[in-house]
Amino acid sequence: MRYISNSAQERQAMLREMGRQSVSELFSGIPDNLQLKSLLKLPGPFSETATLNYFRSIAERNTTRITGDRMISFLGAGAYDHFIPTIIDTLISRAEFYTSYTPYQPEISQGTLQVIFEFQSMICELTGMDVANASLYDGSSATAEAVLMAERVTKRSKVALAGNLHPEYREVVDTYIRNAGIKEITLPYHERTGALDHRSLAELGDDIAAVVIQSPNFFGGIEDIEAIAQSVHKLGALLIVVVAEGMSLGLLRAPGQAGADIVCGEAQSFGIPLSFGGSYCGFFAVREQFQRQIPGRLAGLTRDQAGRSGYVLTLATREQHIRREKATSNICTNQGLYALMATIYLATMGRSGLREAAEQNAQKASYAARQISEINGYSIRFTGPFFNEFVILCPKPAHLVLESLKKKKIIGGLPLSRFFPEMKKELLLCVTETISRVEIDALVNALQNSE
Amino acid sequence: MIRKASTHINQNEGTIFEHSRPGRTGYSLPDLDVEAIPIPSIIDPKLLRDDDLAGLPEVSEVDVIRHYTRLSTWNYAVDLGMYPLGSCTMKYNPKLNERVARFDGFSASHPYTPDALAQGNLELIRELEAALAEITGLEAVSLQPAAGAQGEMAGLMVIRKCLETRGDARRIVLIPDSAHGTNPASAAICGYQVKTIKSDSHGAIDIDNLRQIASKDVAALMLTNPSTLGMFEENIEEICRIVHDAGGFVYMDGANMNALVGVTRPGDMGVDVIHLNLHKTFSTPHGGGGPGAGPIAVTAELAPFLPYPRVIEEINERGEQVLRLDFNRPQSIGRVRAFCGNFSVLIRALCYILTLGPTGLREATETAVLNANYLAHHLKEEYEIAIAGKPMHEVIFSDKRQQKFDVHTLDIAKRLIDYGFHPMTIYFPLVVAGAMMIEPTESEGREELDLFIDAMRSIAQEIREHPELVKSAPHNTRIGRLDEAAAARKPVLRWKRQ
Repeated sequence: MRYISNSAQERQAMLREMGRQSVSELFSGIPDNLQLKSLLKLPGPFSETATLNYFRSIAERNTTRITGDRMISFLGAGAYDHFIPTIIDTLISRAEFYTSYTPYQPEISQGTLQVIFEFQSMICELTGMDVANASLYDGSSATAEAVLMAERVTKRSKVALAGNLHPEYREVVDTYIRNAGIKEITLPYHERTGALDHRSLAELGDDIAAVVIQSPNFFGGIEDIEAIAQSVHKLGALLIVVVAEGMSLGLLRAPGQAGADIVCGEAQSFGIPLSFGGSYCGFFAVREQFQRQIPGRLAGLTRDQAGRSGYVLTLATREQHIRREKATSNICTNQGLYALMATIYLATMGRSGLREAAEQNAQKASYAARQISEINGYSIRFTGPFFNEFVILCPKPAHLVLESLKKKKIIGGLPLSRFFPEMKKELLLCVTETISRVEIDALVNALQNSE
Repeated sequence: MIRKASTHINQNEGTIFEHSRPGRTGYSLPDLDVEAIPIPSIIDPKLLRDDDLAGLPEVSEVDVIRHYTRLSTWNYAVDLGMYPLGSCTMKYNPKLNERVARFDGFSASHPYTPDALAQGNLELIRELEAALAEITGLEAVSLQPAAGAQGEMAGLMVIRKCLETRGDARRIVLIPDSAHGTNPASAAICGYQVKTIKSDSHGAIDIDNLRQIASKDVAALMLTNPSTLGMFEENIEEICRIVHDAGGFVYMDGANMNALVGVTRPGDMGVDVIHLNLHKTFSTPHGGGGPGAGPIAVTAELAPFLPYPRVIEEINERGEQVLRLDFNRPQSIGRVRAFCGNFSVLIRALCYILTLGPTGLREATETAVLNANYLAHHLKEEYEIAIAGKPMHEVIFSDKRQQKFDVHTLDIAKRLIDYGFHPMTIYFPLVVAGAMMIEPTESEGREELDLFIDAMRSIAQEIREHPELVKSAPHNTRIGRLDEAAAARKPVLRWKRQ
């Protein structure tokens, strides 16, 4: 086996040196009746060539822009196809990054620690918050952690979740809080705008720990965070703003500046491939007053005895390895390498690149929406401003539209009936900077001719 | 003693923000190919940023490459040498795994791609589930949990849901004092009260004690096997029987599965749920702290409660056998994560399993256990073995013999860095004072093991002759021991412009 350095002869020599006859003696602690008498029933071992061929063949059974049936996709909804600079893969392929462990030994982990510090700093800049952690699993679990944190901070046990929060994020929150004694209520979205119906905030009482909103919301619409924050703070509750499309932060007002108390979400848009939904990179940022309640790891700046600056993991007394059942979260392993990807992306795109990419998203989505709204029978479902996603109302059931688009090699967005059964004719479309005008026009033509 | 001059830039790299120079760029985007309209005409200006993203750096591509390449050189890595972190299984990360995970058909695949256009992904999920079910001897597997701790949480929720379905709400989860901290933290999220159980003098679960406390209120026993002391629970069948007789379930933390794969199976022992750390046992890279993946395997009885969606097989309208994501799981605990888990990690793990096959998996386990025993054999003269017994894939020493020189585990760990090794896991498990937990894995060849033995022996000698040298280690690193207390007292957690 090529991943095992010692040959059979070397292993035999080592055993002899230890006064052992065979390797089975080393397993004598396992009762004999529990020891397998035959090999596992698994395929392999495959040669490198055979393994490559197998994975090539199954990868080719997936349809993407460049594999399988080669289709253009207008899917978004929490996973976004953005341009990825080549150097991200170059840098994360350095073994010093991807084959290293969690930086518990700072003297030989300064690379990883400084990257985390830079990641935290960039997330703070983008969100307008004071303190960000080293990452969480993804946007959905980050949202659940935010709800749990709000309960700890406010000692209240009821949360209000916007009805236009990503449905899968909502489902993950449901799972996390079900056994934690936290009750949840849903705040309706406005029928016409698709944005949170602000009137529902007025009906909330002072037993609410937090209001959770998403902006851009699941329908792509941009929420007026500042107005919502004012209502929420009057209740003494925290405002949690979820950002599932990180790219929007390149253009939209930082939630922290608009009054958010916790900003969490998904950094996948920052250089992380779609990869069928994972691995991604959750982020989590809070106001300074809550820094000791934050879940997950934090890197901080300090000095050695000679006064040289360096970084360490810090405020560890919040964490499970010290506090056990009283920890702020059970998280240990996070998304380290993917936080590095996001950091490299944000450095490479930088101040002007992120802005330019974000503007291209807004421009192209706006162009696509204008074109589609001119097609007979089609309209834009919600009236509010949007970033790079919007909902179209089709003249017939969405699945029929999708079937006809498929023949034109177009994956025409997400049918909303998947999550909102009443929305039978609605499709959620996403247009990023990777979609060309020619492709948008092809979609428009295909919709026009689908009747 | 060596003193570093620390003058070259690659030893004093500032943050990326300090490299920023107005007007520098490191990216290229195609020109906008639709008519640009003023953004404020489509989005209300009060919703737009007004800080012009001033906090992000302005750097060239060369700046980015140099900066992060320099930072990378300050890390230790498996590809540089042995990384003997006990309970972390820092084995070699095969390069073939990295290559296949980057295939376009996987990396460019959107999670909401219609099932018919994502058959490759679904097949991969099904294949890996089947392989992990066979390896664990259990019935059904969910690949959704993103890491071990999330697997623990999901697994305990599955148990809780099953008990609730029976109308048998229970409040307590039993966890040995030697357990990883995530175990009690995960139990707490599931609304359980944690009752810590004491290990016996061999680090094993005290059967008589267990009999007394395995009440009708115990939902589950969470145990690690081999324990965090590196030893197999010889009474595992009896332990499972006691818990089952009391109506509870047995949850096994699979962090130490590298000692067992192909040799014995948790399902055969009576375990009901196990999580696996694919970033330990199944060779996917740790990435400086993630991503990992923490699939759970469960018995047939618990399968209906697994997170949804599940991949199922069905016949389509054209009579072909196809795979589909099934969301109709009325008894499921729900989701623990959006989409289908850390899919890119799953690809790597299946690649590893197919590359090794059943023979290679067994060979890996045997070699991992052999390597750990080889280290134990050659180091026991110099260091105190924490608990007598039959170590498996890892061995735990204490600093008992070094304390009389006022040298402690932390000092030994730091001195090991000067010898070119990453330190072992220290001060864990908590039940061993001054624990040094060493797990070489199967990846290490004999020369590397011998170098490690030499280093540890040499440190033992230094402790006797020049303890100050060890107490002030490391000496060969860019920076010395950092003031962690100061970092926590006045946290500086982000860069700010002066």
